[in-house]
Amino acid sequence: MYEKDGEKYFVVDGHTHFWDASPENWVPGQEQYAKGWIECFHAYQSLGPPETHWSIEQFQKYPEDMMMRHLFEEGHVDVAIFQPTYLKQWYRNGFNTTEVNAALAERHPGKFVVNTRWDPRAGDEGLKELADNVARWGCKGVKLYTAEWRGDSRGWSLKSPEAARYLEKCQELGVKNIHVHKGPTIWPLDKDAFDVADVDFAATNFPELNFIVEHVGLPRIEDFCFMATQEPNVYAGLAVVVGGLMHSRPRFFAKVMGELMFWLGEDKLLFGADYAIWEPRWQVEGFVDWNMPTDAEFADYGQLSTQAKKKILGLNAARLYDIKVPAELDLPVPAGPEGAEPLAAPASI
Amino acid sequence: MTGVATDQAAALTAAVWSALHQVRDPELDEAVTDLGFVAGCQVSDSGKAVVRLRLPTYFCAPNFAFLMVADAFDAVAAVPGVRRAEVVLEDHFASNEINGGIAARAGFVQSFDGQAVAELHELRADFLRKAVMAGTDRVCRPLLSAGATVEELAGLTLGEVPPSADRERLRSRRAELGLPASDDDPLLVDAATGAAIGAHALPLHLRRAQTTRVSVDANAGVCRGLLQERYRTTEEKGQ
Repeated sequence: MYEKDGEKYFVVDGHTHFWDASPENWVPGQEQYAKGWIECFHAYQSLGPPETHWSIEQFQKYPEDMMMRHLFEEGHVDVAIFQPTYLKQWYRNGFNTTEVNAALAERHPGKFVVNTRWDPRAGDEGLKELADNVARWGCKGVKLYTAEWRGDSRGWSLKSPEAARYLEKCQELGVKNIHVHKGPTIWPLDKDAFDVADVDFAATNFPELNFIVEHVGLPRIEDFCFMATQEPNVYAGLAVVVGGLMHSRPRFFAKVMGELMFWLGEDKLLFGADYAIWEPRWQVEGFVDWNMPTDAEFADYGQLSTQAKKKILGLNAARLYDIKVPAELDLPVPAGPEGAEPLAAPASI
Repeated sequence: MTGVATDQAAALTAAVWSALHQVRDPELDEAVTDLGFVAGCQVSDSGKAVVRLRLPTYFCAPNFAFLMVADAFDAVAAVPGVRRAEVVLEDHFASNEINGGIAARAGFVQSFDGQAVAELHELRADFLRKAVMAGTDRVCRPLLSAGATVEELAGLTLGEVPPSADRERLRSRRAELGLPASDDDPLLVDAATGAAIGAHALPLHLRRAQTTRVSVDANAGVCRGLLQERYRTTEEKGQ
């Protein structure tokens, strides 16, 4: 919980990791990829305030007590959602797996939501693993990384029939939140790997599932916005937007927030700190303090209300994940499309 | 080494830089020189040009990277006086495939055996269409700020817009896509078909143009920040 100027914010960090990218975990022969991956993440951290930067050694592997402190003691987070990223082709025990995340979560009851993942290229075996993970840890969400390498394959699409089988399975198991993270590779490699058309396709075919596009589709924010405005079950994960832009490029941050508010609205945006790339504290405090600049360049955009900030920082994710919000931290009218003001209707302008 | 030969090499180096200035990151629609993607450029007295390119991350998308390296090769090889061109991409997961493919003058499909099914023309066209949309915002925003109405914009031709670098950039991207781009053609056209946008469809068109520009600008901002961090020296990183 974060309190500022008499307002209390229930904080759900929608995107967190407990990873191991230390050299001991690199797969022999794949070292350059394992190293390249974590160095790439580490460079993103440089976009946050200098006093929050870590050494690469610290960043490769960090202790549990430090994570707990950064999130819950210093970071104002009430509940954090683990989003696994396996990358077993490069990391022997995986980069950030359901098992490791869940073990940490079990040691700290009530603090975490454990999401799992799947890869449609894993066939029937993967379907069984999904069902087992859901049975064991009660997962209500999955994190999908379409650019993951598997053997010679450089990625996959949500449009594939194999992916549809997994989405059907999610529906059957009550795994209703599908987080999608796009990366630089896909099959075939000549297509734009960041294209969100496959999310659009899946969201239309599976209206009972929620699709949360991580990093708001960066670097295709525009395609994401045009798609999301037409799909009632598509949400934006703000990881990278807040961490990567709010401090380093505040004017772009303001414009991106303005666009997201215009096309999606305050009920569809979910905060995520993307730990350990960025610590939540400066992001939560900065976001609560943040206001849309008032100069002419930003005249098209409205201010974010305190209510909107409360929804984005936690109440929207709490609704998707059935997380109980203490009454004094909730809105007088519960968050959700029923209780919200009507959205701007872009098609009608 | 004679003074004349060294002067020639210096002049050629300047010409090669100038050629590289015409090469753009297809996604960000900015010159690779302005983005800091040229790590080195040397031309020998014998006319051999060696250009080293670098990107913001090890995992930047290999298809955009390939386009950029191929474009840089074509631009450098076309400079009069350059007898041999070598363009390499450094510090990238697909450096071997890309550099090998460029050196062999192979296409994308051949360079990424089994991973790609088509060359990159459609990808390039997608990015050009985004550049046209972002450019539309750059040109129209000052007009709207100066008091022009949407109806007035709908009636304007390219030639009626006050001359500016942004107007010429927009014209050039439209021409590359084969869209109408002369002074007599409408200012506002559909980036896919080239058809004029009528007044009724214009507000949404302009809104989409604005979002596209915000997206490209934000993406370029992140890329610049990552590149800066990646190539800071060890001393600067305090290690």
